[in-house]
Amino acid sequence: MKVMVFVPGDAKSEAGAMPTDDLVGKMMKFNEELVRAGVMLAGDGLTPTSNAKRVRFSGTQRTVIDGPFTESKEIVAGYWIWQVKSMEEAVEWLKRAPFDGGVEVTIRPIFEPEDFGKTLSPELRAKGERLRAEVERQRQS
Amino acid sequence: MTAQTTRRTVEAVWRIESAKLIGALLRLVRDVGLAEDLAQEALVAAMERWSESGIPDNPGAWLMTTAKNRALDEMRRRKMVERKHERIESETSAVAQVDIESALDDDVGDDLLRLMLIACHPVLSKEARVALTLRLLGGLTTEEIARAFLAPEPTIAQRIVRAKRTLAEARVPFEVPRGAGLSARLSSVLEVVYLVFNEGYAATKGDEWTRPTLCEEALRLGRILAERAPLEAEVHGLVALMELQASRLRARVGPSGEPILLRDQDRSRWDQLLVHRGLAALARAESLDEPLGPYALQAAIAACHARAPTAAETDWTRIVAIYDALVEVTQSPIVELNRAVAVSMAFGAEAALELVDAIVDEPALAAYHLLPSVRGDLLAKLGRDDEARAEFERAAKLAQNSRERELLLARVRACSTKSS
Repeated sequence: MKVMVFVPGDAKSEAGAMPTDDLVGKMMKFNEELVRAGVMLAGDGLTPTSNAKRVRFSGTQRTVIDGPFTESKEIVAGYWIWQVKSMEEAVEWLKRAPFDGGVEVTIRPIFEPEDFGKTLSPELRAKGERLRAEVERQRQS
Repeated sequence: MTAQTTRRTVEAVWRIESAKLIGALLRLVRDVGLAEDLAQEALVAAMERWSESGIPDNPGAWLMTTAKNRALDEMRRRKMVERKHERIESETSAVAQVDIESALDDDVGDDLLRLMLIACHPVLSKEARVALTLRLLGGLTTEEIARAFLAPEPTIAQRIVRAKRTLAEARVPFEVPRGAGLSARLSSVLEVVYLVFNEGYAATKGDEWTRPTLCEEALRLGRILAERAPLEAEVHGLVALMELQASRLRARVGPSGEPILLRDQDRSRWDQLLVHRGLAALARAESLDEPLGPYALQAAIAACHARAPTAAETDWTRIVAIYDALVEVTQSPIVELNRAVAVSMAFGAEAALELVDAIVDEPALAAYHLLPSVRGDLLAKLGRDDEARAEFERAAKLAQNSRERELLLARVRACSTKSS
């Protein structure tokens, strides 16, 4: 299974302060460990929300809002995508990350194709069937 | 913490730590069976201790220390047996302790590679290599391996026991070779990894669990290898090939489990993260500045498909060029047949038919249903329906899979209506 790990930001990351050399070093070591274990698929840090934009959708109207979004309770400052066998494995990996100071990091499983198979509405499923029947017909003609 | 959560956490820790643990112990005790036993004993001890006192902050280190102490006990015991009549001085064991500790802490990065090379040693049968690799490096239980390969559990257990015995008896060297020696040994590892991947990728039987588990396991092993042997182009080639093939996993099977051919797949369902990773791994293989091997070349072909936004936009001329190189490297008539298919897409059926006609008498293809199937397809495209029908009939007789046979018989009927 794949999971996405959300690292929250704080006042410091929002102010654009770079982490200390010590923390960068520890984080690099942790990332290296993840890569060497074949667990890490992707991961990045995000710049402060002062660089961010939002688009609000309302009917046909699109409104662009400029950052920063200081009112947001949960600002994401970084993410990983991991390939793991279970949520427990993801938790065990995350426990080894060099975070501190009461920060709470969230792990969320990414939908697998099988999940869609189960939740697909009968209409969508029928549409898929028709599409495949058409493909089959074209193949044989 | 309930017993069940403890168990699941311990399993997760085991998955992360077991290969590292076994690898470090192996360096020390030089016996795969013993190394695994010691690691297992540490796991059992952890299970008992942690269910009472809770999971420690650093479970990996706890396991390592426990295993280390057991290894130490075991080595002392062995030494005792060896020097039955000698008096063992306390200094000796103190020295041994220092050695063991530095040995266990001093992973120069070769432990996992060594473990992989040994689990995939050419002295073992292919089946034994696969089982041992999944067990020692994937941390899969015998039951899980049996489930994945639809084999009875005792069969797999037997296979693993025998493999360990064979390794002990053959006294295989434990040093990690360098240069050409490493490439040669790695080819056996790559073969096993790709076998595991294909077992999952092609899984038509078994439960839903099989396919993703084996594919993910193979990918993980490949990614681990790529970090351990970064100068081996074929390692990156295989990783690229698996990432690119896995990117299509969710597009290649319909809702009722029927296979969907590459050209008919909904490309928006390809996993772009894996496509991206596959292309990056291929670039890594190509940057190593040596002639591409069979895995990298197959990955290069897969990359041509991955880069085409629609099937119609596939760069078939380039694919033919890569097949030229692949035919040269593999000398395989099956690859030549695939090349002919690419030629038909790039340059038309006539050019392709010439190539197929040149290999029709190839003994390796005598029972291969895709030979008459491809030939029939080319003949049909050229309007030679009577000849095409005969080829499809032959192909239907040779086809093992009933779904495929049905498709071929449908083509026989199509030829009949057209020619009558």
